Amino acid sequence: MLKLLRLLKPHRTAIAAVLGLLFLQAMADLSLPNLLADIVNNGIASGDVRYILRMGGLMVLIALFGIACSAAGNYLSSGVAFAFGRGLRARVFARVESFSPAEFDRAGTASLITRTTNDVTQVQQSVTLMLSMMVRAPIMCVGGIIMAAERDARLSLVFAAAVPALGLIIAAVMRYALPLFRLIQSRLDGLNLVLREKLSGIRVVRAFGREERERRRFEGASSELLDTSLELASVMAALGPAMMIVMNFTLIAVLWFGSLRVAAGGMRVGDVMAFTQYLMQILFALIMLSMLFIVIPRSQASADRINEVLETEPGIKDPEDPAPSPERRGLVEFRDVSFRYHGAERDAVSGVSFKAGPGELTAVIGGTGSGKSTLAGLVPRFYDAVSGSVLVDGADVRGLTQKDLRSRIGFVPQKATLFTGTVADNVRFGSDGLGEAAVREAAAVAQAEGFVSAMKDGFSSAVSQGGVNLSGGQKQRLAIARAVARKPDIYIFDDSFSALDFRTEAALRAALRKETGGSTVIMVAQRVTSVRDADRIVVLDEGRVAGIGRHRELLETCAVYREIAYSQLSREELE
Amino acid sequence: MSAEDRREAPARHGLFGGGFMRAVEKPKDLRGTMRRMAAYLRPYRARLALMFSLTAAGAVMTTITPKITGLIITKLYHGAAAEVARAPGAAIDFNYILRALLLLAALFLGSALASFVVNRSMAVIAQRTVFRLRLDAGAKLDRLPLSYYDSRPHGEVMSRLTNDIDNIANTLQQGLAQLISSAVGIVGAVAMMLVISPLLTLLTIFTLPLSFGVTVLLAKRSRGYFKDQQRELGRLNGHVEEMYSGHRTVKVFGYEEKAVREFEEINGRLYRAGRMAQFVSGFIFPLMNFINNLGYVAVAVAGGVLVARKRLELGDVQAFIQYIRMFTQPVAQSAGVINSLQSAAASAERVFEILDEEEEPADAPGAAGPEAAEGRVVCEGVRFGYSPDVPVLEGLSIDVKPGQTVAIVGPTGAGKTTLVNLLMRFYDLQGGRITVDGRDVREFRRRDLRGLFGMVLQDTWLFNGTISENIAYGREGAAREEITAAAAAAHADHFIRALPDGYATRLGEEASNLSQGEKQLLTIARAVLADPPMLILDEATSSVDTRTEVLVQKAMKDLMKGRTSFVIAHRLSTIRDAAVILVMNEGRIIEKGDHASLMAAGGFYAEMYRTQFAGEPAA
Repeated sequence: MLKLLRLLKPHRTAIAAVLGLLFLQAMADLSLPNLLADIVNNGIASGDVRYILRMGGLMVLIALFGIACSAAGNYLSSGVAFAFGRGLRARVFARVESFSPAEFDRAGTASLITRTTNDVTQVQQSVTLMLSMMVRAPIMCVGGIIMAAERDARLSLVFAAAVPALGLIIAAVMRYALPLFRLIQSRLDGLNLVLREKLSGIRVVRAFGREERERRRFEGASSELLDTSLELASVMAALGPAMMIVMNFTLIAVLWFGSLRVAAGGMRVGDVMAFTQYLMQILFALIMLSMLFIVIPRSQASADRINEVLETEPGIKDPEDPAPSPERRGLVEFRDVSFRYHGAERDAVSGVSFKAGPGELTAVIGGTGSGKSTLAGLVPRFYDAVSGSVLVDGADVRGLTQKDLRSRIGFVPQKATLFTGTVADNVRFGSDGLGEAAVREAAAVAQAEGFVSAMKDGFSSAVSQGGVNLSGGQKQRLAIARAVARKPDIYIFDDSFSALDFRTEAALRAALRKETGGSTVIMVAQRVTSVRDADRIVVLDEGRVAGIGRHRELLETCAVYREIAYSQLSREELE
Repeated sequence: MSAEDRREAPARHGLFGGGFMRAVEKPKDLRGTMRRMAAYLRPYRARLALMFSLTAAGAVMTTITPKITGLIITKLYHGAAAEVARAPGAAIDFNYILRALLLLAALFLGSALASFVVNRSMAVIAQRTVFRLRLDAGAKLDRLPLSYYDSRPHGEVMSRLTNDIDNIANTLQQGLAQLISSAVGIVGAVAMMLVISPLLTLLTIFTLPLSFGVTVLLAKRSRGYFKDQQRELGRLNGHVEEMYSGHRTVKVFGYEEKAVREFEEINGRLYRAGRMAQFVSGFIFPLMNFINNLGYVAVAVAGGVLVARKRLELGDVQAFIQYIRMFTQPVAQSAGVINSLQSAAASAERVFEILDEEEEPADAPGAAGPEAAEGRVVCEGVRFGYSPDVPVLEGLSIDVKPGQTVAIVGPTGAGKTTLVNLLMRFYDLQGGRITVDGRDVREFRRRDLRGLFGMVLQDTWLFNGTISENIAYGREGAAREEITAAAAAAHADHFIRALPDGYATRLGEEASNLSQGEKQLLTIARAVLADPPMLILDEATSSVDTRTEVLVQKAMKDLMKGRTSFVIAHRLSTIRDAAVILVMNEGRIIEKGDHASLMAAGGFYAEMYRTQFAGEPAA
């Protein structure tokens, strides 16, 4: 939390102004009792109505001054808090955008979304409260003591005793309560976990008739939450009353010692009244302070999650002085490339070498988990090789800027992602300012033109978030059109025909072959039928190259390829 | 975290936490919801009544104290004035003051004690009540049909059982007592003021309607800003969600800069709307304070004049000042309390919605457990659709003899789980019947019917617990040896023993410490342990590394031996050996038969088969 508060630094003048304004406002509030004391001491005793009225007028002016101060303070502080939120949010978003898939996947999409949105809002809210109510309490305490000391130094000693007592109570309750708040949070997480498991495994639970067991787990988590809530409530139940007792007994002390001082002639009755009212002001400010208990633990958890994001360095960065951009030809070369996922025990890709050139179709096949998709992701630098190097157009990909590198590539992922906007926007996603004709053309190659034209508004039809209004096959074709629209030198298809029916896939391949004539095509596939026409098939087995060659050659020379082929096709189908 | 969890984002609104006049969701049927909530509180009605009276008593005590303070001030004033006037025998009556202070101390202690007891008690009542509500809702989940879960995001259901119920607890715990003490405080303060001086009351009471008016006015003014803020927040969330879900696409198409630019635009609009909403709504406290100060001035001036004219005692001025504060404060707070009540009612409504959902029809009376099952499954004229007007199955009849295999094939996403749903009676038929060993599945108890099937699906489900607990899920109270035997039969024993804690290894959330294939082996072990006469299997296609894939294949084959099996198949070898092949496309069963007859028919299956081989559609 404190770390994040450093972001408030650029606003320090505004914050100083807020504090100053709040102080003035507190002093204005506190000087009303002073004037009342004057009325009592000077006006009433002598029956001077004009004096009373004059003082009354002065009080109204002071009250107006007070509200002007707090309005200005409020305006500034809401600006500061929201500017803080804006800045923090932008930082988190930009940081997440800079993440490579490795850092991204470690945190998880859902969690990153929550951190960028709700967590930032939570922290912003606590800054809002801090700048208004929380700082008011100490300011009021200080102001109250100043006023009291000025009026009667000896009686003000009562305050000097009461304020630390209150601080002690608050600190003591905090000490007990904060860990409990944290515990509640983890109990809630536990409950969520049990529920999530129950819901996601609902079929299994019912298939095995284990509803009873799940219910017991749920009850267990619920009663743990109940116990902790009750424990916390019993601590928090004491806070309000304890604060009231201290303040009210301070009031009694003020009245008693005040009376003695009045009897001794050291004070006048109006002064005692003023004292009681300082006390009330302080008390109300302190009650506001108890919000601390609700806001701080919650924000702390949010702040921790945000810090985690901000402290994560993107694993892939642009080189400090990038190599001169090589001529675009579309050459891709793997030179003894190995890659291992963070924390994994073995390489996902190990010692892979091959070259793919323009006009060629290079297919990558292998069992699942053999490292095919990882291999494809190494070209656009989703990951960096642990050893060896990936070269594009003769340059090590790590020496190019990400922008330069990726501008050469048209990538179609396994799972097509569409964005809110029109169909045309989605095709145009990676190629700014593409004309309508070009969009249409790309869609035609991707076999998407037919269904798009059949939509109500054609290419202007809206795609809803995540493309839920389209079928899996339609999404995949638009994702392909998006890559085609870029007219890249290198195409990478990461198993991207899986949702297409056989007829469409065949037509698409034919159209692509024409379109991608001069480009380098790297295609990850599961099915032997998809790769048999390739100029080069790279067979992967547990991350290693088991063979490179054409279909016929591999059938004869590569056992792994043969195994894959036989598991998919019958012997007679292969002959 | 699954994608659905986004919806369970913390949305709790404490009394203060929620900022105090944000657009609050309103319940649809406030009265009905309140009545039902009251029913939940019924067991505590005696205690609640006691707590409410205690709250009221505490508020009354608090209301009396300013008057007593006033009496002390008056006494002090007169005593001091007499001393100044050197009246004979004049002295401050310390005896009186001491007695008054003792009374004051007693009242303060009394009200603090009352508030402590009420705080604690209300917490117990609130927490126990929502505990029961939560258990009821949790138990209800077990009686809901699968269609309920299939038709809504899990996050939404979860949010109702956690956030919504939490929200209710907070309001019950703090809101109710606060409302009562505020009401008693306001009424008591006004009553005391009237008793002390009707004239001064008349002169100062203007603060009350003014406070109300200001609250309402500002609430209205800020509503527009809050709406804007909410809208921009929605847009921002949408943008973030999209850019993050499509992270790789964004990166590889070089869209980051544009994404950030778009974000900053929305973020800027959010800032403008948000700060205005905060400014306007945050202005309520300064304004209340100002109104309070105006009341203060009125009391000081009018009171001062009245005291000077001997129409009022000085102590009464002191008391009045406190009374005014006593009622402006609750008015300012009540806006927050009412909002929180409203949002709690909306939460309660969402929880009751779950409780009101239609349940699975109860097991037929007289439904009994199965005798030793052979595993003969017959479908006769089965008709089914997830919605009545879109049939998935129409007049499906198959006869599966014990030990035979039924293969279900078709492109991905063709709705192959439908058969699982029907066999297990996760869904009920709309026509026709399914019998197991000659008995209609509806004549079984669901539990028993489901016990006849072993299920090994692609989306393996493991829970947070040890590996042996996960395997033992197949049969309650299985002995250790049985578990290891089952694991061995599923070819899982070897890898389990290689784990740091062997069978006692705890699986993390989503079992992230195992590979997909290993997880699948565990679910096979689970089925082995359950030893059912029939099986439902999902053949592995993806996310299994080659070596484990072979093991999974082998384990499945072993498991299928001698059992009637329904296999969602991806391998031609499995398909060709099946007694019946069901061909699914776009959620419907379109063809049925064995390999030879389907090939001969020359339909979808034949074309699929040929294109897989030829790579080109058949002419």
